[in-house]
Amino acid sequence: MNKPVELIEFSLNGRAITAQPGETILDAAKRARMPIPHLCASRALEPAGNCRACVVEIAGERVLAPSCCRTPTAGMKVESTSARAVAAQKMVLELLVSDAGAASAAQTQESKLLFWADRLQAPRGRLPGRESVAPDTSHPAFAVNLDACIQCTRCIRACRDEQVNDVLGLAFRGAHAKIVFDQDDPVLASTCVACGECVQACPTGALMPARGVGLEKIEKTVDSVCPYCGVGCQLTWHVGRNEQGAESIRYVTGRDGPANHGRLCVKGRFGFDYVRDGERLSVPLIRRDGVGKDPAQIEQVKRGELPLSALFREAGWDEALDRAAGGLARIRDGAVPGAPSPLAGFGSAKGSNEEAYLFQKLVRTGFRTHNVDHCTRLCHASSVAALLEGIGSGAVSNPVEDVARADLILLIGANPAANHPVAASWIKNAVKRGARLVLADPRATPMARFATWHLAFRPDTDVALLTGLLHVIVTEGLVDEAFVAARVNGYEALKASVAEATPERMAEICGIPAATIREVARAYATSKGSMILWGMGISQHVHGTDNARCLIALALVTGQIGRPGTGLHPLRGQNNVQGASDAGLIPMMYPNYQRVVRDEVRAKFESLWGEGLGSEAGLTVVEIMHAAAAGTIRGMFVEGENPAMSDPDLDHARAAIAKLEHLVVQDIFPTETAILADVVLPASAWAEKWGTVTNTDRLIQIGRPALTPPGQARQDLWVIEQIARRIGLGWNYWRAEDGDGHAAAEAPVARVYEEMRGVMEPLAGVPWSRLVREDAVVTPAEREDEPGHAVVFTDRFPTADGRATLVPARFAPGPEQPSAEYPLVIATGRVLEHWHTGAMTRRAEVLEALAPAPVVSIHPVDAARLDLADGAALRVESRHGAIEAVADITPAVREGQLFIPFAYWEAAANKLTGSAIDAFGKIPGFKVTAVRAVRIPEPAAPGS
Amino acid sequence: MAITEIPLRVVRDELPRRQRARSSGRKVDPSTLDEVRDALGTLPLRRDLLIEHLHALNDRHGQLRADHLAALAQLHRLAQVEVFEVASFYHHFDVVREGADGAFEAPASLTVRVCNGLSCELAGARALIEKLPSLLGADVRVLEAPCVGRCEQAPVAVVHQRPVAQATAERVQGEAARRRTQDDLPAAIDLPGYLAQGGYRLLRDCHAGTRDIESVLKAMEDSGLRGLGGAGFPAGRKWRIVRAESAPRLMAVNIDEGEPGTFKDRHYLERDPHRFLEGMLVAAWAVGIAKIYVYLRDEYHGCRALLERELAALRAAPPAAGLPEIELRRGAGAYICGEESAMIESIEGKRGMPRLRPPYVAQVGLFGRPTLEHNFETLYWVRDLLERGPQWFASQGRHGRKGLRSFSVSGRVREPGVKLAPAGITLRELVDEYCGGLPEGHELYAYLPGGASGGILPASMADIPLDFDTLQPHGCFIGSAAVMVLTRSARHVDRAVDAARNLMRFFEDESCGQCTPCRAGTAKARALIERDTWDLPLLAELSQVMRDASICGLGQAAPNPVDCVVRYFPHELERA
Repeated sequence: MNKPVELIEFSLNGRAITAQPGETILDAAKRARMPIPHLCASRALEPAGNCRACVVEIAGERVLAPSCCRTPTAGMKVESTSARAVAAQKMVLELLVSDAGAASAAQTQESKLLFWADRLQAPRGRLPGRESVAPDTSHPAFAVNLDACIQCTRCIRACRDEQVNDVLGLAFRGAHAKIVFDQDDPVLASTCVACGECVQACPTGALMPARGVGLEKIEKTVDSVCPYCGVGCQLTWHVGRNEQGAESIRYVTGRDGPANHGRLCVKGRFGFDYVRDGERLSVPLIRRDGVGKDPAQIEQVKRGELPLSALFREAGWDEALDRAAGGLARIRDGAVPGAPSPLAGFGSAKGSNEEAYLFQKLVRTGFRTHNVDHCTRLCHASSVAALLEGIGSGAVSNPVEDVARADLILLIGANPAANHPVAASWIKNAVKRGARLVLADPRATPMARFATWHLAFRPDTDVALLTGLLHVIVTEGLVDEAFVAARVNGYEALKASVAEATPERMAEICGIPAATIREVARAYATSKGSMILWGMGISQHVHGTDNARCLIALALVTGQIGRPGTGLHPLRGQNNVQGASDAGLIPMMYPNYQRVVRDEVRAKFESLWGEGLGSEAGLTVVEIMHAAAAGTIRGMFVEGENPAMSDPDLDHARAAIAKLEHLVVQDIFPTETAILADVVLPASAWAEKWGTVTNTDRLIQIGRPALTPPGQARQDLWVIEQIARRIGLGWNYWRAEDGDGHAAAEAPVARVYEEMRGVMEPLAGVPWSRLVREDAVVTPAEREDEPGHAVVFTDRFPTADGRATLVPARFAPGPEQPSAEYPLVIATGRVLEHWHTGAMTRRAEVLEALAPAPVVSIHPVDAARLDLADGAALRVESRHGAIEAVADITPAVREGQLFIPFAYWEAAANKLTGSAIDAFGKIPGFKVTAVRAVRIPEPAAPGS
Repeated sequence: MAITEIPLRVVRDELPRRQRARSSGRKVDPSTLDEVRDALGTLPLRRDLLIEHLHALNDRHGQLRADHLAALAQLHRLAQVEVFEVASFYHHFDVVREGADGAFEAPASLTVRVCNGLSCELAGARALIEKLPSLLGADVRVLEAPCVGRCEQAPVAVVHQRPVAQATAERVQGEAARRRTQDDLPAAIDLPGYLAQGGYRLLRDCHAGTRDIESVLKAMEDSGLRGLGGAGFPAGRKWRIVRAESAPRLMAVNIDEGEPGTFKDRHYLERDPHRFLEGMLVAAWAVGIAKIYVYLRDEYHGCRALLERELAALRAAPPAAGLPEIELRRGAGAYICGEESAMIESIEGKRGMPRLRPPYVAQVGLFGRPTLEHNFETLYWVRDLLERGPQWFASQGRHGRKGLRSFSVSGRVREPGVKLAPAGITLRELVDEYCGGLPEGHELYAYLPGGASGGILPASMADIPLDFDTLQPHGCFIGSAAVMVLTRSARHVDRAVDAARNLMRFFEDESCGQCTPCRAGTAKARALIERDTWDLPLLAELSQVMRDASICGLGQAAPNPVDCVVRYFPHELERA
């Protein structure tokens, strides 16, 4: 593999130096410590060679050459410091400073223009300046001051080549050449998604974070990882003081992590002030005596009609912990022996691996039940069920970045442009490079513009479409016979099951022409590398497991797995949903997917943990809610989850939560769930703690604390241990020398991590010290001195016989069918700016300013039928509940389909959804609910 | 007890915010989409045809409305900015945005462009520009335009698409009043006429194998023919280089004749288009070209109609089998698109921004393919060279130079026009022998040997041979051989300073804006030379960075007029 690299020897300023193949003169000079001025060149971007600050003299050439665009040839004689070269560099800088120097100095402390101008002592004041233009301060996240612009186009390349958002451009020409958003529109009115990549790229301050935060004093920088989605972008927090003088994150820059290579999205870059939001819980709260629990309290509090203080009183930590643990212990100890456990716990995929591990250990050993689950049940449980059954592992086979090596990308039921923006950028890069994208989604999401085929099939007919594809592959001889023979079981059964699924028949069901189904099937099967990525559009169905089985079958019968640029990638939603599941925060498995029903596994954990353990799988999220409603679950500990917003059929779920005898909620905000709690424990935000998280690529990464929690809030890990100690477990992770649990401490987190690593084979080669050193390691990693495996299943699947198993699926209509009474269907989902239930992002000023109120996307034809104007108020009703919101008329949704984000309590989408669940993954069908919509005559819609 | 309460709004009032979360940016409504589809007609929705699509919209609606651009972007599955930045780059597109009420202002009922090129300015264009607006009324828009390529007819005004030669305010008013807005079709030799004169026999011989490729390449090399667009690269060598590149190879023909003072390509095209087309097809045969793109400047409306007609005739009755497809492309008003790589960008439907080289267009050109790019006139001579033999061409010339040159002569001479004269002829000989001398009472003062970028020489240097390579020692070059003559008489004084100011305004307007030395350099130089006193050391530094560090020839040559003034006309600066 490692051939000796042929270095290119050339001469720079009379000194012999070498360049790597492909390395520019500019970069080689920098390595040789003879830096050349440069402005438009940036490591992450394709060179443009337009600023001309880096020109050098090359022997034999008539004019000077831009060193950022030229690679040296052997023996080339280059002068970067000759009188001629320096004169040109200086005059270029003088020209730019005469136009932009003063404004650049006013906008940033880190002007690269002024740095180089000062360094070369470029003269000032000799040249006339250009006319000043008005700044664009329309956007809450960043300001545009084109007076400081030098037209270097780094922002454009960041926006278009890198993020492929295609908003920024260079319009007009000559001295009028101008950086524009869309059609020279104000930023806020443009299609800008505020990823901030342009701000990060700007060398002169022409693009800067809004309200001058870029000029503020930064006291420290902390390297960590983004807490929002599963992509796992590494970032740097720049910590200073906010308006109140409190230590806070002022702005964020992307780091060169394996998953993001410096890129971030609007949430990761501009969504961190929630950490210092005034609503942070800072004192333990105990429900006032005699104040009952009523689901109606949630909206009363949210609307400001009922102060929290009417429901709760403040308490000290000792009292609160005693009350919290005492209530749980009392219910546990009062239960009838042998009866199902009356306790359950919800952990969170927003917490760290260490918290997840400790939480499930608490429930299993302390609550003495496997009733522990988290939001994975609401996102990828069906995917994981199908993957475990089919290929023996719930994790992805290939990382997202493998799209760079794929020839065809099948993106189904996922809207990464909103939900995994940086992953979307890799897909868009791949398309620009020449890969073909198949987008299968009833909605025309932003990815549709890049798709070779957009299969806008009828909602809820995934299985029909996918079995149609399988039929073509099976009947047209597109099966990879050798792969199937060597590595796959159950082919004949699958073949039989899709025999009837002709493209013509499936076309009638799913609405995609038979010819297109054939074309896509052939393209997928025959490409050199086809990779499938999917999201909640596959999994959040009552037949979500069947959907995923079909995708697995596609990859297996065509042999499109086990190589780079192929495989199966369920895009994980939460930043740590992979890690939390790995760590055992699910009712049927211990850490590393070891089944609780297996005796030898139970025996192993009993001896490791020193406690007796149950032998039956616990209940899942929705089952726990049903059990609570039925009165069989009576006490719960909820850490960092918000089931009163995220669960389906919310009215029912909230009633169930209100019915609990004892509810302990540990969180950073008074969530909808916390409003119904008996004890509320103020916890730590991600930016306030040590911990590891595992991204969608199986990449485990370390997070470091930048801030200390407000008031008396404590570290989550400490709180979990305190509860454990109070219900009879003799834990000793957080020791006296680690502090009182308020400020972050590394040692106790490392202790938990190392215990966890002991039961998790994939982490064998990743001790805590390695994580601290390397920041990120892809798993599984057997050895400490080797990188982990990014692509897995290359020669065998982790099953008993090493082979994968095909599981047939047949199309069957779901329970939520449109009818005369409920003629429309609604899909729930997310918007770019808001994370899940909005607990964090709706408290981030910039994000809330960008997406402040709930909208229902509706097709123009449906809108016309309802006599709805864009922006008009409407009421949406289902069999389960009703909400009111504002119409956003767009052809991006199909006729007959509505889309609504679930982040808004004002129009909580899950009031509409039903709680019917998938038989295998136990996931609710969030993506399809039959509804009807009516116009609200008066304009008094919420949020308008 | 201090307990947190949850307010309704978390966002502070002063923060800019959206009214609601919604799909951002302009929305395209179905009727606008239909309007755009209608304007495009049968044009295929190819990205490289974007400029043709913008022409179709601009022609139909008299302007490019923001809502139409958004709809066009949607049809192309492009981002709005990708369409907007192209539309806003070219002079001939009138990009308009909606007012506060969302409505668009109606376009002017008629646009009159007055050429402000140097020859037209010498002939009184300035007075015309000042006089016309009041004469034509408020609903007619009067614009200044860079050289329209009709310098022998100066001053020139263009009523919509109809050029008015030797324009007076009254004649322009007459054309405008009668709404005579279309250019006349030139009375050129058509296909039957050309065939009757033995046309396309050469091409048939080539395709029939009567002539072999090697002999044709050799003849081209022996003739010494050099690229007549201005750069002067030996044509035969270029054929050989591109031929050696991997297939498919493409060809791009440059008829974006935009160098002020130049009109030779139009002159020949208006008279004998097939002589050019045959040369082009012979080149395509010799080099092995898969497809040809002909890029014609938008100002040549009559020529466009002519070429469309003659290309259709050629397609209907091809003189040989297996000819490559020929696509005619329309420029949109951008001098820079005469630069070879900028033209390629424009043919690809993008802004005309020159590319950095290496790689050269012969290796990586149009659509990333090896590309043979030629000026119109270079191809125009191919038939004569091959039929008469390379010696015919090489034996022409004067003062030790070889070949023929087509001089576009304008300014103060009795008989301006295209003069086919021996290479190496001096200015004085050219004027006296070919142009009927200077007007009565005029004394030669100065001349521009090569259009706007070729520099300015004083009368004392009117005896230098005019050819490639002969003028470099004097800080000038012949370029496209556009000669403009300045004189003095009892009634007038032409000044080199005024010429330099005219030319620098032109360069500032026509700079593409990509690189600092040209974008900022031309703007600063223009501002500095408009002052009464010139800061000579500063101008010298500025000139040097423009020459040394600009990406393309525009910026590299833009300081020539200024440097020439300093070098040859210092007396004007003393008095200025």
